[in-house]
Amino acid sequence: MAGPTIPGGRHRGNRGAAVEKPKNIGKTVARLWKYVGKHRFKLILVVVFVIASTIINLRGTGLIGSTIDDYIIPGDFDGLKTALLRLAFIYMLSALFSWTQLRLAVNLAQHTVTDLRRDLFDKLQVLPLKFFDTTARGDIMSRITNDVDTVSNALNAGISQLISSLFTICGILYFMLRYSPRLTLVTVLTIPALLAATHLITKHSRVYFKQQQKVLGELNGLIEESITGQKVIKVFVKENDVIERLDTVNTSLKDIGVKAQVSSGIMGPVSTFINNLSYGFVAIAGALMNINLGVITSFLLYSRQFARPFSEISQLFNTLLSAVAGAERIFDIMEMDPEPADLENAVELTDVKGRVDFENVDFSYVEGTPILKDINLYAKPGQTIALVGPTGAGKTTIINLLTRFYDIQKGKISIDGKNIFDLKRSSLRKRLGIVLQDTYLFSGTIYENIAYGRPDATAAQVKEAAILANAHEFIRRLPQGYDTVLSEDSDTISQGQKQMLAIARTILADPSILILDEATSNVDTRTEVKIQQAMLTLMKGRTSFVIAHRLSTIRNADLIAVLRDGEIIERGSHKELMQKRGFYHELYMNQFSE
Amino acid sequence: MVKLLKYMKPYKLWAMLAPLLMILEVLSELVIPKIMALIVDYGMANHDTAFIAVMGVLVVLCAFIGAFGGVGGAYYASKSAMYFGADIREKMFRHIQGFSFVNLDKFHTSSLITRLTNDITQLQQIVTMCLRGLVRSPMIMIGGLAMALSINAQLTVILFAGLFIMVCVISALISVSFPLFRRVQLSIDKINTVMRENLAGIRVVKAFVREDKEKEKFREANDELMNITIKAFRAITMMMPVMTIVLNTAMLLIVWRGGHFVASGVMSKGDLMQYLTYITQILMSLMMASMIIMMISRVRACTDRINEVLDTDYDIVDDPDAQTDVIKSGRIVFSNVSFSYPMSTGDPVLENINLTIEPGETVGILGETGAGKSTLVNLIPRLYDVSDGSVTIDGVDVRKISLDYLRKSIGIVLQKALLFSGTIAENLRWGNENATDAQVKAACETAGAYEFVTAFKDGFDTVLGQGGVNLSGGQKQRLSIARTLLKDPRILIFDDSTSAVDTGTEKKIREGLATRLNGTTKIIIAQKISSIMGADKIAVIHGGTIAAVGTHEELLKTCELYSDIYNTQIQKEDED
Repeated sequence: MAGPTIPGGRHRGNRGAAVEKPKNIGKTVARLWKYVGKHRFKLILVVVFVIASTIINLRGTGLIGSTIDDYIIPGDFDGLKTALLRLAFIYMLSALFSWTQLRLAVNLAQHTVTDLRRDLFDKLQVLPLKFFDTTARGDIMSRITNDVDTVSNALNAGISQLISSLFTICGILYFMLRYSPRLTLVTVLTIPALLAATHLITKHSRVYFKQQQKVLGELNGLIEESITGQKVIKVFVKENDVIERLDTVNTSLKDIGVKAQVSSGIMGPVSTFINNLSYGFVAIAGALMNINLGVITSFLLYSRQFARPFSEISQLFNTLLSAVAGAERIFDIMEMDPEPADLENAVELTDVKGRVDFENVDFSYVEGTPILKDINLYAKPGQTIALVGPTGAGKTTIINLLTRFYDIQKGKISIDGKNIFDLKRSSLRKRLGIVLQDTYLFSGTIYENIAYGRPDATAAQVKEAAILANAHEFIRRLPQGYDTVLSEDSDTISQGQKQMLAIARTILADPSILILDEATSNVDTRTEVKIQQAMLTLMKGRTSFVIAHRLSTIRNADLIAVLRDGEIIERGSHKELMQKRGFYHELYMNQFSE
Repeated sequence: MVKLLKYMKPYKLWAMLAPLLMILEVLSELVIPKIMALIVDYGMANHDTAFIAVMGVLVVLCAFIGAFGGVGGAYYASKSAMYFGADIREKMFRHIQGFSFVNLDKFHTSSLITRLTNDITQLQQIVTMCLRGLVRSPMIMIGGLAMALSINAQLTVILFAGLFIMVCVISALISVSFPLFRRVQLSIDKINTVMRENLAGIRVVKAFVREDKEKEKFREANDELMNITIKAFRAITMMMPVMTIVLNTAMLLIVWRGGHFVASGVMSKGDLMQYLTYITQILMSLMMASMIIMMISRVRACTDRINEVLDTDYDIVDDPDAQTDVIKSGRIVFSNVSFSYPMSTGDPVLENINLTIEPGETVGILGETGAGKSTLVNLIPRLYDVSDGSVTIDGVDVRKISLDYLRKSIGIVLQKALLFSGTIAENLRWGNENATDAQVKAACETAGAYEFVTAFKDGFDTVLGQGGVNLSGGQKQRLSIARTLLKDPRILIFDDSTSAVDTGTEKKIREGLATRLNGTTKIIIAQKISSIMGADKIAVIHGGTIAAVGTHEELLKTCELYSDIYNTQIQKEDED
């Protein structure tokens, strides 16, 4: 982790290790309690209703048996009638309780996970870019879906079932004792067998399920890769190799899957078996002990119920454990360091003239591998600075630093003489306009996308921005015009048109300083000319940093900074650099002579 | 579902054993209460200890048989379902590998992935449950009813009434909650979309300081999900309480009626007790059955999605008498070629293309995005088939050449450089499994990749993440060029595959190719004129047709479109 480590402090352990088993149950449960505790009242009600309906159910079971002894055998049908009516009332009450309880539990669970999801998303919004650049997207998605789901499952059914199971066991024992302590002893004798069996089975199945999850992940990766890479596979005629690779993983998934399924599937029959045994023991013992019929009847009904809560608890244990593990993965993200807070006396950036200074800036993404070394760069208001150099020279990094997507480790960056560290981050970013190479639009209408940086813009302003960005023409020709809905990965508009929309979006935001990352390819020449024009409109009167690939941009730049291996090795105008016949000259000649 | 059952054939023995074994379990469950009643009625009434002991042993025996059946049933049900699912998965995957791009374009990648994983896993689970439960529940129900009828036919009327009410309640609740759960699924999709967009577009969100708006957007979707979920669960939460009420009411009524029968001597006390046990069993199994029915109605969506993949017919297959060893010199002729995507209504992508590429020639292809350049070269290795006209190599129509042989003879470097997880060396050897280290090195040198690969700590053994995540775009492109060079193809195609390589390196690669592969027919698609200026001839594609063919100098003079492009790209720069 990037955070400073306190000398002598305990190391938190390896974050990269796979988290399947909760590492710190107590802490995670305490954090989870903060969420559940908000709905404390509902939780208490759930517990009360669970206990109430459990007790009533148990009591009812006993009463049915005793009606046989008390009323039917003596032939007292009036008594039987009142007894049965009373029972009916009790059953209704119990059903009502359990219904209320179930609804409350669902409500509680849903509110809790909604809070969790919201907080997780909010947290993502303040995490530094480093997090997003270094964490697999699928992993974050899985936390917000799968992991939140496991918590939801546990809360939905888990808690009330746990309480109900525990209470059922206690209750059954209590009533059994009241009816016949001797028969109770017979039933209790089967408990150790039940516990041992449960323990043995769950111990194995937990391991199998963990392995199954892992193999499933492997399979997922393999399938994804071979479908996205279909073209390459076809072109190299590698279909059979890929099928072979799948077969291997598929077979091991099959084998571990059988083990997992069988081990969890035999739980039922085994507990039924033990239950049947105790059932038989009770009948035989009861007969031998000469206990009366009603007592045995009730007792048998109880003992049929006895094994169920045990196997329920053992299965719940798995659910709860994986919920805690899931919660831990969620809290792992919530615990991460956010973007450092603004300084206490941070000021708003207003009335920007547009002077930008980089002074002795050093930066590295990973300690020990410097990306930028001692960068000095000065832009006067309104100037265009072109950044040129081979891939990996550090051009994009300069942009990442000015926007404070990443923070510099040494040196100083200032705007109009103000150190960017002394500015409010949001006001800094609002004054900067960024057009990235990979144009990213959101699902929504074209209108919404242009107004992204300024949701309160009028329709006239949006249209004007589109006109300036050369986008109005093509938007007008779309059947739905500005209301055309763009969806994820949508092909409604071309890559070049997307770039023009991104430029319109930035024009509307009206930034003081511009950062442009020119797209390299995949756009045809005519569209490129249009984009070029739009960019020039955008740059007019604004200090601009351009990662340049087009010589027309470079030629018009006031200053060209040539980067190689993290250092500015040449700087000057196009003419000056050409005359110098250095690295820039070589780059230029390579591209345009044959 | 029925269609997929043929994949169960190899495992039909297991699939039949499972329910058969479950019958043992059911029988023991039905017989044990019967024996109990005998103990109570006969053994206890007569104080016949010997009888009780014998019956007790019988109960234990039954319990053993039942457990044997239950465990065995679980084993064979799981085993057959797992093997069945794994076979379907393999079949599907194999089938997909044979898909043409027309086939593949029909499905989204992520949807294919879910079909191969989630859908099959769900199918397996449900098959397991069906094999164990679908037989067990009706068996218990029928057996229990038979037993109940044999004890007392009149009481069974109450039982039937209870059953009827339960079936009504269950189907009502299912029909109410089903559409709601579909809406829950839609809400989840919405949340995932907001989430995915924020992860992918985080730079834009931050750059436009839109964090608060995005939070609001998420909050809305989040709350909607909560409300709809609570609503959907409302119906489900009624299920259990209502069922217990019905169950218990039936019990009470039976005690009432049965009590009279016992008093009048029609029925014994043991019988009544036994009867109550059967009722519980019957109604419980009905509850189980209703759960299974709910799951089965959900599995239909899965099986439909699986079948959709399996039922897709290939549209590019080998000709029955496909030829091999026909590509000798590499002369390619497009005659009157037209192409449009099947089912698309728009203009054809390519129209009436005539182009001859002589052996050993280098041909450049230039044109706007969407002009049809990639489509044109994709027709050569039959990634797509022509709609009209023909493409021939050395005089043989590509559709008459064996697909494997054709694709092995052609090297095509794709626009999107895609590498697979594994080491760099493994990736390079996709081109030729038996390539020597020297050959690998030579290919990398030509592709301008040797330097950066050897700069890695592990060199050629550097492990790449999925999609080659730890490489830059230019590095990936250079490796994919090297990979193709190792194939040593007769025909080499570059589909705009040096876009992320810096100009200096690109020039070196071009020179290397010219000297080392001068006998190979080369086709180069490019955006930059500088990449193809030296070609033997250049074809300018415009709106799906060939606008002009000629050398650089010829085209400058004769083709207005070409000189336009040239001017925007180069001449303006030279004015200085």
